[in-house]
Amino acid sequence: MEAAAEPGNLAGVRHIILVLSGKGGVGKSTISTELALALRHAGKKGKAVHQCDSGWVPVFVDQEQSISLMSVGFLLEKPDEAVVWRGPKKNALIKQFVSDVAWGQLDYLVVDTPPGTSDEHMAVVDALRPYSPLGALVVTTPQAVSVGDVRRELTFCKKVGLRVIGVVENMSGFVCPHCEECTNIFSRGGGEELARHAGVPFLGSVPLDPELTRSLEEGRDFIQGFPESPAFPALSCIAQKILNEAPVGLS
Amino acid sequence: MEEVPHDCPGVSSAQAGRGASCQGCPNQGLCASGAAAAPDPAIEEIKEKMKTVKHKILVLSGKGGVGKSTFSAHLAHGLAEDENTQVALLDIDICGPSIPKIMGLEGEQVHQSGSGWSPVFLEDNLGVMSVGFLLSSPDDAVIWRGPKKNGMIKQFLRDVDWGEVDYLIVDTPPGTSDEHLSAVQYLAAAHIDGAVIITTPQEVSLQDVRKEINFCHKVKLPIIGVVENMSGFTCPKCQKESQIFLPTTGGAEVMCRDLKVPLLGKVPLDPRIGKSCDKGESFFAEAPDSPATLAYRSIIQRIQESCSLRQPKGENLVGS
Repeated sequence: MEAAAEPGNLAGVRHIILVLSGKGGVGKSTISTELALALRHAGKKGKAVHQCDSGWVPVFVDQEQSISLMSVGFLLEKPDEAVVWRGPKKNALIKQFVSDVAWGQLDYLVVDTPPGTSDEHMAVVDALRPYSPLGALVVTTPQAVSVGDVRRELTFCKKVGLRVIGVVENMSGFVCPHCEECTNIFSRGGGEELARHAGVPFLGSVPLDPELTRSLEEGRDFIQGFPESPAFPALSCIAQKILNEAPVGLS
Repeated sequence: MEEVPHDCPGVSSAQAGRGASCQGCPNQGLCASGAAAAPDPAIEEIKEKMKTVKHKILVLSGKGGVGKSTFSAHLAHGLAEDENTQVALLDIDICGPSIPKIMGLEGEQVHQSGSGWSPVFLEDNLGVMSVGFLLSSPDDAVIWRGPKKNGMIKQFLRDVDWGEVDYLIVDTPPGTSDEHLSAVQYLAAAHIDGAVIITTPQEVSLQDVRKEINFCHKVKLPIIGVVENMSGFTCPKCQKESQIFLPTTGGAEVMCRDLKVPLLGKVPLDPRIGKSCDKGESFFAEAPDSPATLAYRSIIQRIQESCSLRQPKGENLVGS
């Protein structure tokens, strides 16, 4: 039996979701951001959503202080500074992010991770274990090369006892803005098949949308700005599935 | 299976063997005596081993999913088209080893001989090594901390019998951490020609790639140049071009100009690239006339030219 979580900085956090992938560049950070935005939009007014992957003091991204963000990026003197650290130093920082930040009362904590199954992943799972995370959202793209890595991530989740909320297939098709033809640039079907093979829920496919990329780069709220985008229904649906799993109680 | 405690201060730190977290670590005595901070004998061994390897190229990116493995594989294919060129492809992505799949070598095993580990040969002149060949199932996860990954990389560089090689291409995972430091440190005495850095046009990618460029400067790794991948998409139906990964800050072109590193070329998106990789086939064979193939070939030529300029003085393969 796990020891009861020590009263600490995560004591006021209701639900913790890790966003993982064995593969790089599949859209973990994108999906983490969009999930945070979508949870905020789908939830009732006044709910607080915090996104974290590394950091010190939360930086609030909006005036209502409903979303805050933490990242090692805020600790760098210059944005191009390289963080050339080996495992032990990274682990120490991750532990501090979990225990030394005054999170306060949160409905959701979304944890964005780098690709792989190594130091960062072990460190964050260990640090969050006492707080019973809701589980992991695992992101892949449709191609076999991606699925090949993400299968290993699912094994990691099993080994460390982290429940998989489901698989999200990102970059699932591109609709040409000129002629509406849909091209499967990164193949198709891999995500659903992976979920079936691993016996975990398939949460949905998110298509490629350059507007989504642009919004992220310009720091704009995609969910607010692009309800007509082909990516919008997919992202909202995924967020809704998570809300159904982890409701925040009576309004 | 942990080799070092969670809060290991690092073997070369002043606290090595002396810190509170060192208590009970099997390496405590070694660290406390200062022996662990001494130069690793493997570095000299690797220098010896690398004497038969003419050119060493690291394929890097700060960012994941930009096409490092795809590029490494096709660089290998391209160079190996000349049957007189011996090519070796080493995959040091320990957690997500994609090279076996992309090269069509999934399920192959590594064999040991008297002279070391044998690479898996795709062609007579193209040998490949990856942790993927050491795993028994495609579902196996390699859940290793830094030190264990470093050990594997050391073995790959020291114990694989590469033979006489013209080009050793090292494919890396994204980032600037253990694997990258280890590759550079272990190859330090063996002269690396340089790094080819892969990016996509978006600022989110470039942001990480600038850090990678800074990493190269920090560890004094020459930069052969940058490749901008996924640079534009031509719809197969209407032939009109779209930018999927928008170069909101000018793409690699502006970054390279600002940081004074060469831009080797831009490779457009072609759905057949992903399909070829999934099938484990060379994209050049699948789509010889694709603009992406032409871009790749031009980039490979520039890399070859750069390597021939960097031929180290006074060193040659026939003993000196």
